[in-house]
Amino acid sequence: MSKERIKIAEELFDIMPPEYQDLVKRATFGNEQRGWKDIGNAKELIEEHSLCAGCPESMAFRYILASLPNPEDTVMVGSTGCTSLVFPHVAVHNIHSLFGNQNAIASGLKRALSVRFPGQVKDVVVLAGDGATVDIGLDMTLQAWFRQEKFTTICFDNELYANTGGQESGLMQKGFVAKMAPVGKTFEKVRLPEIARESGCHYVVNCTVSKPNLVEKVIKNAIHIAREIGPTYLQLYTPCILEIGKNSMEGLQEMRDSEKPTERFAYKEYVSEPAKELLAELAAKEKERKAEAKKQLAGQTA
Amino acid sequence: MPTSYKVLPGPEHFLPPSAASMGIRLPDPGQAHIHGTIVTEEEAMEQAARQFLSAKVPTIFPGPLVLWAWNEKAAHKAKAVRHLYETIKESVTPSQQAMLIPMPDYRPKYPKINPEIEINPNHPNLTIWHNKIDACMFVGVHCHQANLSLKIIRGGTNCYTIAMCAQAGHEDAMLSIRDATADKILRLADWVKKLKGSVPPPA
Repeated sequence: MSKERIKIAEELFDIMPPEYQDLVKRATFGNEQRGWKDIGNAKELIEEHSLCAGCPESMAFRYILASLPNPEDTVMVGSTGCTSLVFPHVAVHNIHSLFGNQNAIASGLKRALSVRFPGQVKDVVVLAGDGATVDIGLDMTLQAWFRQEKFTTICFDNELYANTGGQESGLMQKGFVAKMAPVGKTFEKVRLPEIARESGCHYVVNCTVSKPNLVEKVIKNAIHIAREIGPTYLQLYTPCILEIGKNSMEGLQEMRDSEKPTERFAYKEYVSEPAKELLAELAAKEKERKAEAKKQLAGQTA
Repeated sequence: MPTSYKVLPGPEHFLPPSAASMGIRLPDPGQAHIHGTIVTEEEAMEQAARQFLSAKVPTIFPGPLVLWAWNEKAAHKAKAVRHLYETIKESVTPSQQAMLIPMPDYRPKYPKINPEIEINPNHPNLTIWHNKIDACMFVGVHCHQANLSLKIIRGGTNCYTIAMCAQAGHEDAMLSIRDATADKILRLADWVKKLKGSVPPPA
């Protein structure tokens, strides 16, 4: 369906720059089975980015964009920060909101889309940094959850204000000293995943982006649950290698170290009862689809 | 209010005033404007064709509204734009080089765009400078981005700008036709064909 909507006019196809031709010919729009394994095989929805070399956020972006179940009908809402440097390069509709009001914008957008396109699936995904989600935008974040707005909130948690030189954020760990926070953080990292659960989120995950298959799974779960039931929240550790004194090659190891069972990004998941039922339904459908595909394959080879 | 201001090829200066702020008004339906003066649509068509035929590098910049086949109307316009380009190409002398350069979207592109194959509304002057474009036509570009680009072009280049606008026209272009349809674009192509050979090529 979607590829029909992003068709280049036949007469002008030849003058379009190659990346746009690729987007139509080789991207995974409209493929319900799309996922992180398409990276490298199909045209990605992000090709270049303006982040630092080796930035884990760029990995997270790739995995998330490859995992969106419905990118042609998804609007991403971002906020000021490193993420906002990437959105101009992304082949998905997006809005750069004012710093902190991303969840308020997403609430209105989701409601407007439901009115404008009744009966059609339109996903809204908020993707913002920890400053926008937890400090400046905490009010809007929480209010959206209280109101049970049906969209997913993703927080790229790099535990400080990386884009502006390393100021302390609410998600910074206690005692951490940053370039612009020389005395060290004096209070604990805000426990937003727990707050999200208590505020009415139906699916909450706290993890790193070191494992692409895990990122794909949580993104798909979060979006499907938000679509049908209510708000979902993902807190993904995307360390800022520059601000924590690491080299370009060390981002992945930093994430692996931080996801050990006793560490602050050990995998934690909360799923509400209605969300559990939905996920079970989706899993059963997926199983059926795979069995059917297997049967067809057997029929073809026989 | 009458104004003596004329929307002429630049370079005007770093931040040219918007033509609207200088008293230039948009044409009514059925009209067009040349340098800010209201004229009939046919006069504007003739003048646009003359500009194409007398330019060293006459260029069409199709925007997203015609590059992407959103609907049948857009697809027809794209066909008409291609026809206009082919007509200009056939009508100019070998020393002139007609170009068709797309503006696929409006996002700022970093680290840079390739000015040989595209134009970006945030720095359209790069494409114009690189290809030495001296007459261009915008078609299928959303109003705000067209106004932005037209002003930047007027500010920093000597390119003659034509806006084939689907809405009410553009004051910031040197020549603007309004309510553009595929038929109007084809009519402009007819004017180019009609004037072929009668307009002296650039020296």
